[in-house]
Amino acid sequence: MAQANLERAVYTATEGAHEFIRNLSGKEDRWGEADIFCLAFFIFLKEYCMTLKQTPLNAAHRAMGAKMVDFGGWDMPLHYGSQLDEHHLVRRDAGMFDVSHMRVVDMSGEGVRDFLRYLLANNVDKLQSSGKALYSCLLRPDGGVIDDLIVYFMNEMWFRIVVNAGTADNDIAWMIEQATVRAPQLQITSRNDLAMIAVQGPHAAAKLWQALPEAQKLAEGLKPFNAVECNSMFIARTGYTGEDGFEIILPATAAPSFWQTLNDAGVKPIGLGARDTLRLEAGMNLYGHDMDETINPLEAGLAWTVDLVSERDFIGKAALVTKPKTRKLVGLVLQDRGVLRDHQVVHSSHGDGEITSGSFSPTLNQSIALARVPSAVQIGDMVQVAIRDKMLAAKVVKYPFVRNGKGLI
Amino acid sequence: MSNSDNLPGNLKYTASHEWINKETDGTIAIGITQHAQELLGDMVFVESPAVGRQLKAKEECAVAESVKAAADIYAPVTGVVVAINSELGDTPEKINTDPYSAWIFKMKPDNAADVDALMDAAAYQTLVDSEAH
Repeated sequence: MAQANLERAVYTATEGAHEFIRNLSGKEDRWGEADIFCLAFFIFLKEYCMTLKQTPLNAAHRAMGAKMVDFGGWDMPLHYGSQLDEHHLVRRDAGMFDVSHMRVVDMSGEGVRDFLRYLLANNVDKLQSSGKALYSCLLRPDGGVIDDLIVYFMNEMWFRIVVNAGTADNDIAWMIEQATVRAPQLQITSRNDLAMIAVQGPHAAAKLWQALPEAQKLAEGLKPFNAVECNSMFIARTGYTGEDGFEIILPATAAPSFWQTLNDAGVKPIGLGARDTLRLEAGMNLYGHDMDETINPLEAGLAWTVDLVSERDFIGKAALVTKPKTRKLVGLVLQDRGVLRDHQVVHSSHGDGEITSGSFSPTLNQSIALARVPSAVQIGDMVQVAIRDKMLAAKVVKYPFVRNGKGLI
Repeated sequence: MSNSDNLPGNLKYTASHEWINKETDGTIAIGITQHAQELLGDMVFVESPAVGRQLKAKEECAVAESVKAAADIYAPVTGVVVAINSELGDTPEKINTDPYSAWIFKMKPDNAADVDALMDAAAYQTLVDSEAH
């Protein structure tokens, strides 16, 4: 009995260490007769967990001269030479990102829409045509954000969800827990067999058709936040840069050759460094920085993604309706020289706040940030940011800071 | 990292990745090494110490900020700040393109022997190589 369980656990661990940990915690009797195996196994597991996870494009990144970094347990490219050059390339031309660390979750079965109406803070009833996408938060009952995600409606038996890398296992466990009670008939499948490549920039479409001519007819009419299937590829007109572009989900085995084909079509690789400055300029939240399980979406600038109008009940709704809203997310533009960084304290005449995402904006050539401040702070106010031993002036602005290559500040 | 270095042999170095050049007028120029700029990435801002400021060896006195991170720069020896490179205000990227010309500030050391006691290129190379493992 114990031996059989051990074999199953080893198998599971090779599929994914987190999967194994969840199984282990759920089955207390598993190791009853196998303590000695257990000890050896934990040593193995520790080694396994300390090894960085790799996307199918790992070798390609290295061959292209990437500086690789540990990004939440993934071995990912920070840049391929210059983060600034890569940033400008996406604003002015096109670039490609390996986002295969993000997780695709397919949810299928009878009543999947009804379940998602309850699971997600945004209303999937907004999705009526096949391929339509919606940005939403996944909330705790107390309104805290478990994750932010994009959900695609494919048909009444199948919705596709894309979640963040670091939160994926936790998200899936939460989805399964909720489905067990409300919709046990649903299949919730983590698609670890898929990879994802984003092509972004004003010339992304033209270069994508060059690399993938067979997709042009199907995908060139795609409006933003819509997706279409093309053979084994899932092509969505979405992104995280504030530019036109696509996120393409494809079999992991096909990713290296497609990456090379894009490169041959003149699409240069872009690292996670530029991905962060691009999304910050575009005023897009980053999970774990601008919101987390202790922050509700109304305090994270995401009220527009929460449907409190319809009769629909959803997880977290009661908390959002009753909780007083004391803080909000605003944009900051530093008036002095320097760089705003995460966690710097923001002093306003209405009380203190904190920078949730701060960096240098290559497009505006000055420092910008997202900051959570008391609700009474208004657009146009001047605040003081504590940077080392100095207090520097910053202006409160409406974000996004940049859209389609143009500064908006 | 070590392959890209070719450390200038005429300079002195610190464990915190500053380089030090002994100028002919008895002052020293301080910048950050090729290895340091490579780790930091694209520079966007340099905060220099005020001219006339007295510094103790290993005291934090300047900051180099890249898009991604801020790095403290330390006084290599005890002395007084005699000049700052104002050119870096508009072109901090010079630290990336030519780190051994892009001096950040100059000091007059209290004791010239302190400078001679700093690491030479070979010792610094050994340090960089050991950090890579």
